[in-house]
Amino acid sequence: MALSDKKYAQRIEAAFAKYPDKRSAVMPLLYLAQEEYGWVSPEGIQEVADLCDMDPTQVKSIAGFYTMYSEKPKGKYWLQVCTDLACALRGADEFYEQLKAELRVDDGGTTEDGLFTVEHVMCLAACDKAPMLQCNFHFMENLDMDKMRAWIAEKRAEAAKTKK
Amino acid sequence: MQHILLRGRDIPDIWKFDVYVKNGGYEAFKKALGMEPKAVIDEVKASNLRGRGGAGFPTGLKWSFIPQSEPVKYVAVNADESETGTFKDREIMETNPHQLIEGALICAWAIQAKAVYIYLRGEFWDLAHDLDKRIEEARQAGFIGQNIQGTGWSCEVHTHLGAGAYICGEESALLNSLEGKLGQPRVRPPFPAQKGGGLYGEPTVVNNVETLTNVPWIIANGADAYKKIGTEQSAGPKIFCVSGHVVKPGNYELPLGITLRELLYDHAGGVPDGKAMKAILPSGGSGPIIPATDAVLDTPLTYEDLGKIGSILGSASIIVMDETVDITWVAAKVTKFFKHESCGKCTPCREGTYWLDKVLDRIMAGQARLSDIELIDSIAKNMQGVTLCALGDFAANPIIYTIKNFRDDFMQHVQKAENKPAPRTRQAAPAGD
Repeated sequence: MALSDKKYAQRIEAAFAKYPDKRSAVMPLLYLAQEEYGWVSPEGIQEVADLCDMDPTQVKSIAGFYTMYSEKPKGKYWLQVCTDLACALRGADEFYEQLKAELRVDDGGTTEDGLFTVEHVMCLAACDKAPMLQCNFHFMENLDMDKMRAWIAEKRAEAAKTKK
Repeated sequence: MQHILLRGRDIPDIWKFDVYVKNGGYEAFKKALGMEPKAVIDEVKASNLRGRGGAGFPTGLKWSFIPQSEPVKYVAVNADESETGTFKDREIMETNPHQLIEGALICAWAIQAKAVYIYLRGEFWDLAHDLDKRIEEARQAGFIGQNIQGTGWSCEVHTHLGAGAYICGEESALLNSLEGKLGQPRVRPPFPAQKGGGLYGEPTVVNNVETLTNVPWIIANGADAYKKIGTEQSAGPKIFCVSGHVVKPGNYELPLGITLRELLYDHAGGVPDGKAMKAILPSGGSGPIIPATDAVLDTPLTYEDLGKIGSILGSASIIVMDETVDITWVAAKVTKFFKHESCGKCTPCREGTYWLDKVLDRIMAGQARLSDIELIDSIAKNMQGVTLCALGDFAANPIIYTIKNFRDDFMQHVQKAENKPAPRTRQAAPAGD
């Protein structure tokens, strides 16, 4: 059991301490499972179910209901671009098309080097800073393709360095 | 104007506990602790504060529904901010978090709650972790925990992260999500304020972030002072989120009752590149869209006046569209949002958004038929008022009001499709021209 690793003990305890009911910890624990496995894998689902005294099917349905739990492995950088109305009025659709072309992937696709997964999402509450995206849950705002190309090159260089 | 809510604009460091306290922070909470809980509710009632999440329900009245005889009660703070075009709660929590915590604590004292849960949308990941630190500061100072300020009353404050579902901003879905269940709305009654209807079945007040952030000022300065801001039926300041085709998109904290023209031209700088303003969504994707006529622009931004022109104030997330925007495209875009965000529980919403999206895709692909306009209008009207929560109505609005107010935009798609000659019957172009 990987969530049984010591490094998670404190956070699991803190999650349970928040609520009068074990089941309420299912969402924070799913985040931990995703952190451990890179996605909510079957092992992760089972471990969360055991911890919360739930059926794995129930945990899986929770994981499937929300967009921030990934049901398949993702690239190292998970880029979720808002293409909703307010962002689209400020060029988010064009930005998203260019970003996909730059990385040569389709919607939801992952680059061959396993570095970037790209998908479009609904409003992220940063409409005044469009185009924007969230990368592994951190916001990147007021973007354009020049900024993105520089950022992508930087991440690729970092990855190449760690490989060596 | 000094800000009441976005005080980080005037005092950039006010997110820090000591700076907040130096500027009068937590004094209102201490004052409230010296009052009878019922007196606190009465003061908020008298202020005419209305819910800032969208529904505009009177806040004090909501608090007064909580049965005091019940031993366990909760406060749930709705920080799920997911309506297209809304980004006000985020700025409050980023730049003035202690005022939200203080407002939530005053509410908790007023209803004698055992705990406060702040439900943040999952995308506010960094923000939630910062907020945890601010909560800890308030705890260290003795404002949270056991026997608060010697009153004998104990209360905890926790954050809870959602994980990407618009529906969890609906109060009963939010409570389900907090309980570790699917974030789907509940059948009401019982309402959250009643036994059996709230969090873990206990009476619960669910209030929006901005609503609660108003409360410390009301307790500190009194309901009468608060009512002097805004209009009689729409009291207080409001944060207007302005996005889309304006020169300066962003949050604007202004008294309720200023006109759309003042907000969009004087404050937000008007439409870029000298273009004309065509349409306004005053309440994000879910409210009725209205044409940017002079009469509309001169309408005061209040709960009552926006109703008179066929729209709603809602959460005041104002999306502006210039003359180049095809409103059919807007309908299609917003419909994709609701199709994705429908939780799937009620058939009219789940199926309705699916078929609306399909027909709109056909229209946008150049295959519009005249009958499509009536078809989507009819689908939308059959979604209204027949679902457990308002999402079904929200999803119908973008169709009904785009057709009602911008029918020509739809007709252009129909005419374009009808005029498009079928490839086989195409005549050769006349020579020499």
